[in-house]
Amino acid sequence: MEGNYYLGADVVDAFKKGLTEEVSPTGKDVFKQLLENAEIAAEEQVPMCQDCGVAVVFLEVGQDARVSGGTIRDAVTEGVIKGYADGYLRKSMCDPLTRANTGNNAPPIIHTELVTGDSLKITVAPKGGGSENMSTVAMLPPSAGRDGLKQVVIERVRQAGPNPCPPIVVGVGVGGNFEYSALLAKKALLRELGEPSPIPEMAALEAELLSDINKLGIGPAGLGGKCTALGVAIEYHPCHIASFPVAVNINCHAARHKSTVL
Amino acid sequence: MAEKYLTTPLSDADLESLRIGDLVYLSGVIYTGRDAAHKRLVDLLKAGEPLPMDLQGQVIYYVGPAPAKPGKPIGSAGPTTSYRMDAYAPTLIAQSGLRGMIGKGKRNDEVKQAIKDYKAVYFGSTGGAAALTARCIKTAEVIAYPDLGPEAVRRLTVENMPVTVINDVHGGDLYIEGVNQYNTEA
Repeated sequence: MEGNYYLGADVVDAFKKGLTEEVSPTGKDVFKQLLENAEIAAEEQVPMCQDCGVAVVFLEVGQDARVSGGTIRDAVTEGVIKGYADGYLRKSMCDPLTRANTGNNAPPIIHTELVTGDSLKITVAPKGGGSENMSTVAMLPPSAGRDGLKQVVIERVRQAGPNPCPPIVVGVGVGGNFEYSALLAKKALLRELGEPSPIPEMAALEAELLSDINKLGIGPAGLGGKCTALGVAIEYHPCHIASFPVAVNINCHAARHKSTVL
Repeated sequence: MAEKYLTTPLSDADLESLRIGDLVYLSGVIYTGRDAAHKRLVDLLKAGEPLPMDLQGQVIYYVGPAPAKPGKPIGSAGPTTSYRMDAYAPTLIAQSGLRGMIGKGKRNDEVKQAIKDYKAVYFGSTGGAAALTARCIKTAEVIAYPDLGPEAVRRLTVENMPVTVINDVHGGDLYIEGVNQYNTEA
């Protein structure tokens, strides 16, 4: 619920920076609207966006932690159902073919990772459909190299244009395999805006990509301007000698995530 | 790029006066509809049956609002991505008299052509500014397809809802011209 009502301080700061740096008057107006929107959402305790998203939940389970009284999956699902009902959040989950709404925004999508320690970290990252639809996985030939990677990201953002609600946040998964690159791209979206990758090579790529994306001219709400992306984050993993997977997961400016440690 | 105040239904004169980039404060009755509702409306037109509402000169807002909190007419209500309605919009424009659409994101060539041919307009509402937009909605009532939940067709009364002209009757496209103006690629 909180994740949907309160925009993170990193995103609010990025809007304020955008308002100063944007050269397009229309673009400045959009930043003003987004700041005002964030204030209203927090004040009235209503979702900042009507698309309260698919509930994507990352669990970091300490291998010495013990869960009793039921399964973690059931507990998370129950939490999602309760949060979306009590919080007057929109229920967006449906059958892929009949399109019948499940009615309670369940089931969530849960990614579980085993870590050291005895705690349980839960991160909820509600993800909107408009930006998710603009995402992609590319299985590049290894010879495509760094330039090929950059081209995939830039062209995806160019093609997406106004659709994913710019200014966007771009998560990139570099390496791994088909499915893992997509998960890496999603994980990249959890990083605080402005925090570079700990891998210097990737941090340099992030900076180059952000600069190139902001030359596209798409601008806030796609109406033309300098601020197309608020940040680019890359997660990296080695890959097969025959492959070069690159995944691009686009997030809208409502870059929502909320964590708690039990 | 002018500021204008318009009340629905929109007249030909209203539509001819609009230019891309204009900021329009829209008031009056508008209807909501997303792809699932659009499919049903177009199926009715194909079957020669009446629509649940009169769309002559009217505006459809592509939105699936969040549930209303007690005492509020509606929950947060920002636009959804418009391309999903592209398959249906030209038919509605040609056959039902629909003249305005509010959403976000690019339209296809058929929709842009219908906007020129029949004198209509495509407005952009700021994606994600959903709590702000909800404040402009004074009443909301489900008038068709309640089984679609957030995607049901609602009749809204809006007051000074801020929207930007993206595609006008003159063939302008702000998503193309705005981006070209600010593109700085080498």
